[in-house]
Amino acid sequence: MPVFYETEITSRLMLGTAQYPSPAILAEAFHRSGAGIATVSVRREAGGERAGQAFWDMIAALGVHVLPNTAGCHSVREAVTTAQMARELFDTNWVKLEVIGHADTLQPDPFGLVEAARILTDDGFHVFPYCTEDLVLCERLVEAGCRVLMPWGAPIGTGLGLNNIYGLRSLRAHFPDVPLVIDAGLGLPSQAAHAMELGYDAVLLNTAVAKAGDPTMMAEGFARALEAGRLAYEADPMEPRDMAAPSTPVFGRAFT
Amino acid sequence: MTEAVTIRGAGIVGLCVATELVARGVDVTLRDPAPEPGAHACSWWAGGMLAPFCEGFSAEEPVVRLGQEAADWWAAQGVEVIRRGSLVVTLERDRRELDQFARRTQGHQMVSGTDLAELEPYLADRHDRALFFADEAHINPRNALMHLRKRLQEAGARFEQSDAAPTGPVIDCRGLAAQDSLPDLRGVKGEMVVLRSLDVTLKRPVRLLHPRFPLYIVPRGDGVFMLGATQIESAERGRASARSVMELLSAAYALHPAFGEAEVMEIGADARPAFPDNLPRITRKGGTIHANGLFRHGFLLSPVVARMVAGLVTGDNETPEFLTHEDHG
Repeated sequence: MPVFYETEITSRLMLGTAQYPSPAILAEAFHRSGAGIATVSVRREAGGERAGQAFWDMIAALGVHVLPNTAGCHSVREAVTTAQMARELFDTNWVKLEVIGHADTLQPDPFGLVEAARILTDDGFHVFPYCTEDLVLCERLVEAGCRVLMPWGAPIGTGLGLNNIYGLRSLRAHFPDVPLVIDAGLGLPSQAAHAMELGYDAVLLNTAVAKAGDPTMMAEGFARALEAGRLAYEADPMEPRDMAAPSTPVFGRAFT
Repeated sequence: MTEAVTIRGAGIVGLCVATELVARGVDVTLRDPAPEPGAHACSWWAGGMLAPFCEGFSAEEPVVRLGQEAADWWAAQGVEVIRRGSLVVTLERDRRELDQFARRTQGHQMVSGTDLAELEPYLADRHDRALFFADEAHINPRNALMHLRKRLQEAGARFEQSDAAPTGPVIDCRGLAAQDSLPDLRGVKGEMVVLRSLDVTLKRPVRLLHPRFPLYIVPRGDGVFMLGATQIESAERGRASARSVMELLSAAYALHPAFGEAEVMEIGADARPAFPDNLPRITRKGGTIHANGLFRHGFLLSPVVARMVAGLVTGDNETPEFLTHEDHG
């Protein structure tokens, strides 16, 4: 099971907590999938004086690790401030760092991301950066102190799956010892299974589960796919072949 | 049967419960910190859509089933119920959202071309198809609240301006304030904007499906439109953020650019009281019946909650659907 900053997690599934039909369904999605980490948005529009406390208490009551995020931050300063706020609210030095570079695609801003990662790491945070699959960016993030990388599969909320299989595969090959998590873009369990087959350590989902017609059923579907994909990875799959290879010899068969 | 009760909270739930009880001959006193319906009540900021089928997209099944009773109930109280259905549209880029919405809801038909032009000419310019929910309706929520209050007064119900907990048989119909006895209750912030546009005409509520900025627009007549509503996990009341207002206005502008020329009449915000499953709950604790947590379904579900509470009070129905036996005290 994946280890993030010396903490072993009992599941390869991380779930976001936004957009569910209700907190009750959100809780049920966690129970049914066994997800081990909940990401929580510290939206500043939630207002001061802990106006969002009731919801955060419900997340805490799930009994999983909480990973606050800086969703919706478009600048280094915003992201750093939000991370600091999250540390106080949730009493954790974990932060999923999002610095958004493009309003429409919600693509990470690689330059701001590295800068914010460095500031936060120096400040004692354990940073989980939401990044692209760009190899150079990922190297810079590791240099900045990140010991987890969270490349996107596709832009947030699109459900398009793994857009750049080659890039994700080479990332895995370059960082054999850094936990890699597919963050964003997944829509179907088969895509999550594929991420596992590539040797990724975990996936983070939100929209794919929260916006399914039956979120709890979809959460379980993903959990099973992750298990299947991981088993396949550990079982060392066969190499694909160009030639059709009959599994029993036809030559000299006694009976036809 | 209880002969006299005090209702705490004269918002949407309190007024509906009072109406049902008075109709059954119960002596009713309503107690609220404010003198009459107004900005302090979450229901003041509501859209007033009676749209059980559309709500079914994200709400639990009882909302769809029981919400269908709302339009008749409001009409029976003498409130003007506009029964012209509602429409759901998407921007071109998100057209698959409309098919998904159709799959997950009932009571609709897909309309396009001349059919859509006949329903809402202003939408037909820019949208080639829409989902039409013919059996949905809408009301003016503020008029409805004032109307119920006036009728109750005429029927002899007393209104007391007080925040103190009453003695004797009590029905707690408060909003978020009921958190003091119902710790499961939380606030879900909503923000809304009221516009006036003489350039746009809509006959019925329109929902714009959007992956990030969903919007509904309810026509209030005389060129007035209510734009709603954000849904944020926060108990904050009264403060609308620039971001939220910007998103609502952008979505309206995307729906029809003529909204760009509209006058901003009002910006409002409040917190909806909700339980974890976002369904109403009726709870009995000692001499008090609690009826709370109407979430975003105050005008849609208060009539049926009121009937259930009345059944409990008069002994006609000891086990209404929303009754919960959990002790949340």
